[in-house]
Amino acid sequence: MRKKFQKFQEKFIEGLLMLSGTITSLTVVLIIVFLFNEGLGVFNNKPIDEGYILAINKSNSVKKLSALQIKNIFDQKIKNWDKVGGPNEKIVLINIDDISDYYTEIQLGKDFENLHFCINDYINKHKGVIAFFSESSLPKKFLGKVINIDNIKLSEFLLDEEWFPTATPVAQFGVKPLILGTLWVSFGAVLFALPIGLFAAIFLSEIAHKRVRNILKPLIELLAGIPSVVYGFFGLVIIVPLIQQVFDLPVGETGLAGSIILGIMALPTIITISEDAMRNTPRAMKEASLALGASKWQTIYKVVIPYSASGITAGAILGIGRAIGETMAVLMVTGNAAIIPHTLLQPVRTIPATIAAELGEAGAGSVHYQALFALGCILFIITLVINLTVGFVTKGKNQKKH
Amino acid sequence: MYQETKISRQKRRNQRIAFGIFTFFSYFIVAILFSILAFLIVKGFGAISWEFITEMPKEGMTKGGIFPAIVGTLILVIGSMIFAFPIGVMAGIYMTEYVKDGWIKRFIKLMTNNLAGIPSIVFGLFGMALFVNKLEFGDSILAGALTLGLLALPVVIRTTEEALKAVDNTFRQASLGLGASKWQTTRKVVLPIAFPNIITGLILSIGRVSGETAPILFTVAAYFLPKLPTGIFDQVMALPYHLYVISTSGTNIEASREIAYGTALILILIVLICNILANRLRKYLSKKVKKY
Repeated sequence: MRKKFQKFQEKFIEGLLMLSGTITSLTVVLIIVFLFNEGLGVFNNKPIDEGYILAINKSNSVKKLSALQIKNIFDQKIKNWDKVGGPNEKIVLINIDDISDYYTEIQLGKDFENLHFCINDYINKHKGVIAFFSESSLPKKFLGKVINIDNIKLSEFLLDEEWFPTATPVAQFGVKPLILGTLWVSFGAVLFALPIGLFAAIFLSEIAHKRVRNILKPLIELLAGIPSVVYGFFGLVIIVPLIQQVFDLPVGETGLAGSIILGIMALPTIITISEDAMRNTPRAMKEASLALGASKWQTIYKVVIPYSASGITAGAILGIGRAIGETMAVLMVTGNAAIIPHTLLQPVRTIPATIAAELGEAGAGSVHYQALFALGCILFIITLVINLTVGFVTKGKNQKKH
Repeated sequence: MYQETKISRQKRRNQRIAFGIFTFFSYFIVAILFSILAFLIVKGFGAISWEFITEMPKEGMTKGGIFPAIVGTLILVIGSMIFAFPIGVMAGIYMTEYVKDGWIKRFIKLMTNNLAGIPSIVFGLFGMALFVNKLEFGDSILAGALTLGLLALPVVIRTTEEALKAVDNTFRQASLGLGASKWQTTRKVVLPIAFPNIITGLILSIGRVSGETAPILFTVAAYFLPKLPTGIFDQVMALPYHLYVISTSGTNIEASREIAYGTALILILIVLICNILANRLRKYLSKKVKKY
């Protein structure tokens, strides 16, 4: 009886442990499902607010317009229909809010009950008109033509250069400036953190006295634990004003500030991982080199560094990964302008910062909300690639060793 | 007699130059990192007082204290650990003691590594989609703590695994040889020896969780809420989010600088204390374990 109970207990516990073991896999799967489910939804939607339409004169041959064309029309960058494949006719913009400029109160009616007629009238009269109004005020016998707006396409999403998620009449979801901003800031960070980090790693593992190392290493690891929002705050009060003064800029919130802060944050990661890799160099290898008459420095760069190259690479890639996914510090110091950066002295906006700044305002289920999840998908894919690369790099090393 | 040749002189010179550069940059970088820390600590100490820790924010968060944010962070950390600690430790035990080497183990390991590499803002998105919207917890302690718990999970699993792997196999063999079952061996022999390292990992992950901002932005954190929560479906203020708010979008950024320095110091102190505590505890407990 007792034995039976014990056996049952063993099985039960094993099941429980197995369940816990699978929970991380389950979480990853759930994250993928939720992220992509919401994110891909953006491609089944139109960039125009639900319930609103764009209409033109019936004689106009234009059938559909892309989001970017519409934006340029309403920004008055495109002034003639022939630019978008229509007749040679000057574009006349009308917004429903401005209709009282053209019609008197009497014509419109007390509670805008005659709005339908006015819209019909106006669209019929002007050949080059484009009107933006809500579906509910669409006349029953509409004399104009409603324009088809395409669903958001993947190619547009990735390649368009405008990110104006709350623009009217149509929102612009071009993530190119955000992707470039993210990469720009991250590579800037690694560019200065990697060499310095490597120097420090070599110093700690090969040159420094054991006592010095035992003090410095835990302290550097401690710095990896400082919250990113604290680094961001430091950047905001020290680095941003400094950059503004040194380069004489109108604002100090720039890509450079982001790169510096991210570099400082990536240093502990790079130092710790590459130092560990260097210390794993077999002693026999180092001693063989020294015995052959090589100096300590020759041993370091001919034996230690080549041996630990994969570990150093892993450290660098992980540093980049950490920088790409970093949210708060970047959000606080880069200025968040969604423009394609040309120099490091411009404000930039990264993917994580965009999500953090805008998700609070985007209503659940709206196109904007879905677009932010699509950004999350992009971020997820980037970090997944980075993780797999690191796994690949370090695995190659293990095989070599055996 | 040994005569120094031209080559060996050159060799020595190169080494001196290289080592000089490395040493300089190492101390340089350490100096920079620590001046950051020192700056924030010195500035922060000016802002901290008993009132700062125990009072509600006042006058548009430019005066008063940060009491609700401290309590909020404390609740979130405890909540996330209640979730992450048992599951993480059990998963770690499963990975090291139970599952055999093979594709299952490799798969779980891969997934755990990937989970650890996912940026915290993606956890925020996921927490919002699943806990806040799908399961309709709303912006609540429950949603925030679960999101943070998921974030901490890979860390706890990894520490547990490493702690268990460090236990010498002879202990297991001796126990099994005496007729103990697998679970008895794990519970009575392996876990007690690994315990100091597991608990150290737990404390370190507390430090990490308490400073995370992105996952709580949309799952729990309140901009300004001068009262304490009454249930797990309430919103709370949290230290890292509070620091973000008062340094970037508060009612009067200049006037609340003082508070911001104080909040940053509290966050740094949490990390420092967790680190020191973890080290002390590891030393103390491993001495005790050695008695066996």
